[in-house]
Amino acid sequence: MEIGAQPLTLLALLLPFVAAALAPLLCRVLKHNAAWLLALAPALIFLHLAGFVPQVASGRPIAGGYDWIPSLGIRFSWYLDGLSLTFGLLISGIGALIVLYSGGYLKGHAQQGRFFSFILLFMGAMLGLVVSDSFLMLFVFWELTSITSFLLIGFDHGRQAARRAALQALVVTGMGGLSLLAGLLVVSAVTGARDLSMLLSSGEAMRESPLYLAALLLILGGAFTKSAQFPFHFWLPNAMEAPTPVSAYLHSATMVKAGVYLLMRLNPVLGDTAAWETLLPVFGGTTMLVGALLAVRQTDLKLMLAYTTVSSLGLLVMLTGFGSERALEAAVLYLVAHSLFKGALFMVAGLIDHETGTRDITRLAGLSRAMPITFAAGLLAALSMGGVPLFFGFVAKEEIYAAVGVLGVWPVALIMVAIAGNALMFAIAFTVGLKPFLGSRDDMPKRPHEGPALLWIGPLCLALLGLAAGIFTQALHAAISSPMASAVAGMPMDITASGIPHLGLPLYLSAATIALGIAVYRLQSRLRDVIAGALDAIGWGPDRGFDQVLRGLVRVSFAATRIIQNGRLDIYLTVTFVCVAITLLVPMVAYGELPAAPQFPALLPHEWTIVMIAVIGLGAVVYAKDRLTAIVSLGIQGFAVALLFMLFGAPDLSFTQFMVETLSVVILALVMTRLKLTPSDHRRRRDKALDLTVSGSCGVAIGLLLLKVTQLPFDDRLSAFYEAHSRELAHGRNIVNVIIVDFRGLDTLGEIAVVMIAGLAILALIRVTTPDVAKDAR
Amino acid sequence: MRTLIFRTAAPYLTALMLLFSVFVLLRGHNEPGGGFIGGLIAASAFAIHGIAFGVPTVRRAIHFHPIAVSGFGLLLAALSGVVSLAFGVPFLTGIWVSPSLLGMSVDLSTVMVFDIGVYLVVVGSITSIALGLEDREDE
Amino acid sequence: MEAAFSVLVALFFGVGIYLILSRHVIRIVLGIAIFGNAVNLLIFTSGRITRDGVPIIPAGSDLLAGPAANPLPQALILTAIVISFSFFAFVLVLAYRAYQEIGVDDTMDMRISEPRDDQLPPMGY
Repeated sequence: MEIGAQPLTLLALLLPFVAAALAPLLCRVLKHNAAWLLALAPALIFLHLAGFVPQVASGRPIAGGYDWIPSLGIRFSWYLDGLSLTFGLLISGIGALIVLYSGGYLKGHAQQGRFFSFILLFMGAMLGLVVSDSFLMLFVFWELTSITSFLLIGFDHGRQAARRAALQALVVTGMGGLSLLAGLLVVSAVTGARDLSMLLSSGEAMRESPLYLAALLLILGGAFTKSAQFPFHFWLPNAMEAPTPVSAYLHSATMVKAGVYLLMRLNPVLGDTAAWETLLPVFGGTTMLVGALLAVRQTDLKLMLAYTTVSSLGLLVMLTGFGSERALEAAVLYLVAHSLFKGALFMVAGLIDHETGTRDITRLAGLSRAMPITFAAGLLAALSMGGVPLFFGFVAKEEIYAAVGVLGVWPVALIMVAIAGNALMFAIAFTVGLKPFLGSRDDMPKRPHEGPALLWIGPLCLALLGLAAGIFTQALHAAISSPMASAVAGMPMDITASGIPHLGLPLYLSAATIALGIAVYRLQSRLRDVIAGALDAIGWGPDRGFDQVLRGLVRVSFAATRIIQNGRLDIYLTVTFVCVAITLLVPMVAYGELPAAPQFPALLPHEWTIVMIAVIGLGAVVYAKDRLTAIVSLGIQGFAVALLFMLFGAPDLSFTQFMVETLSVVILALVMTRLKLTPSDHRRRRDKALDLTVSGSCGVAIGLLLLKVTQLPFDDRLSAFYEAHSRELAHGRNIVNVIIVDFRGLDTLGEIAVVMIAGLAILALIRVTTPDVAKDAR
Repeated sequence: MRTLIFRTAAPYLTALMLLFSVFVLLRGHNEPGGGFIGGLIAASAFAIHGIAFGVPTVRRAIHFHPIAVSGFGLLLAALSGVVSLAFGVPFLTGIWVSPSLLGMSVDLSTVMVFDIGVYLVVVGSITSIALGLEDREDE
Repeated sequence: MEAAFSVLVALFFGVGIYLILSRHVIRIVLGIAIFGNAVNLLIFTSGRITRDGVPIIPAGSDLLAGPAANPLPQALILTAIVISFSFFAFVLVLAYRAYQEIGVDDTMDMRISEPRDDQLPPMGY
């Protein structure tokens, strides 16, 4: 690793965040043209990362980082091998195009600056996620992508549908994030690894651990929710509430692939087991079919694409867990191809929506003349998605069929799934990329015309890239696909697939797919009705389930709050004091720590008198029937306490207590004369008995504790210190006062602050004028 | 409560109590007493005066709002602790000087300033409470 | 002597808590005042009780003349007395103002912030 590259890489990782901070300002000055400037950030990152390609392609991953929290051994570290680098290039490359596209798409929007900010934040998070080496960083960036996704889906927060979709995405992916965290902790506990590069060499230990299945399930929980696998797929179509650039970027090309990234990344560690090779294909295959079928049911361009994204993600998961090197190669190729064509098609759909005012396929037609560039981009992308020879999608599909085209029950089942799914996706590809441009023009909300350059640069670039990648396959394999596949497989791989058709089983399967796809394309409206009917018959889905769960949660927490926080002071207090009594009494009895029976106390007669006065005062307070008696009785017990202090060597306390009791009586009298209340007790006898039991137990418990404490040997070291040093160090003879103002001065400072704040609070209470709320609520 | 005897005795009582409170405050370091007790005595004095002559009279006599007195006391106590920082010893360490005034050695210390701060806080807060409550009676 | 004080402290706590548990504001305020005394006596007693004299060093000496009461709990209690008085005054004024504003003295009926017929929160997004 070269020395100069390390700070530069750190800079590259931080650049999106800097750009995000600047975006609102730039947007205010330059309006939508800020996009040109802001796109420089991802472009620079792309160039920086592209510089690593030769080294990574030669099989030497790039690692680097800085200490973050050295005391905890946490590093801000990155690890760039073929897999991370490819993801990094996709994120930054497509990111640059998306920033440009957003400039055009949200032109004139009041919150465009905020939008740029969010999308750049997401870019930083996503980039951090794929290059992270340490688990902690991986998790933090993983969650950050969920949060930025939440912000972007809810960008148009005035609409309830957008708010719901945003919350749904956050809840589903957030739960997955927690699951991932738990999984990473298990992995870390089993292998002792704290970062990915270390973990990659300890796959053996992981697979043989009894905790393997737990770790696998937890990590799959994270990956499946993020990558919208059935039955967690429902949040992704709802996420189409976001502006189209977001759908193109987060919800097709990058973020939703984070789960797939994680699976690919951990394939060398967790893969090659029966559980891995069962769970992934089953969930992936189901997702692929469900996604494709639901896609056909839609009429909205974006929703169709969203469901095919679900479908494609299913295919990727299935391939990752298939268990052969060929399948991993196929997954790698398809991942790159999908990012290119799906990003392009989303942008085309957004462009059509932007220029015509509708995304409804039944209303769109005949746009080819009005929007030629869009048409070109859409058609090229659709050809790639449909897997037509010479395009990159074809390369990927050939490889898929080559991988699963082996004999056996399992591969045959998967190959059926793959063909069916691909055929449906073929139909959708052309429904989005071709159908709106054919036929005679219908009436649409806006008069269609070609969009501005900002809008068509992105889709056109991506679509052309899909073609270029299909033609110059060998160069691409050497630079990108082979290193990436090597990283996924954990061993050197060399991909040879090309865009030129070769005779063989894969080609026949491709042909069958295309034929079937054309049939679906032609019969689409009838198929749509059939699926819609079937869905109505089922009537329930995870999307509705989400609402039910949330409502149930609100009800349960409401009920729980009513029980725990019932608004009754007497219950709160009773519970508190019962707990006090239990914590004091139970251990004392259980461990045999009860105090020894004391001798009859040897008090002098006058001391007994004062103790009795205190007792009488207490009794009188309890039984007082009128205000004056209560106040006077309270004073009596207080003065008795003061006298006790006096008798037992505490004159300071005695004086203070006298003054305080006097003042207490005065303010009590002041308040009570105006509170026309009697202090007598009107409660039922049963309530009184309960209170008596609780307070009696507390009193006895505290008395026993005190007795026990005084029977233990006395540790007088602290008192002795104060007594010995009061004169010598603090020049004071009244030791109590010296402790207060000198030895423990800081304490006293805090205490007088409390006194002052109490004074302030009382002043505020006295001065506050009639709150209307309270009066109304009565 | 405003009997003639009470109203006649109150000014003397107040004056005596205030004087006594300062005495208790100052001797507190060596004999029973101190800022807390002194403050309570002074607060009682104001409370008595308030009951005898009404709250406005007392407020005029104190001139400052009692809670402001309290705040000043807190500030004083905190500042007395800062002095020790200038001598390079920890916050609130006592610093003593003994200048001779009129031929007599007088012990002055930051600790005494701190105790005066305590006194002012207690006087201010509790007078404020008492006067606030007495005030309402007139309404 | 400590035994007698332990019983007294137990009684102070018992009465204080009994009053606090009653639902009448005035009785709660009285209970808080007694509770404060109970805590002070608790600290005082656990520092041991003696009739030996006050912890004040005689003039001209650097050390106590003989055994004396323990100064440490006294220092703690002294500030505690003043603080519990401030707290008592605060609670008293709070109860007074609450009674002025809502006109009830039974805590069962003081339910403005946590009303009895609380509604379910809105279910939308």
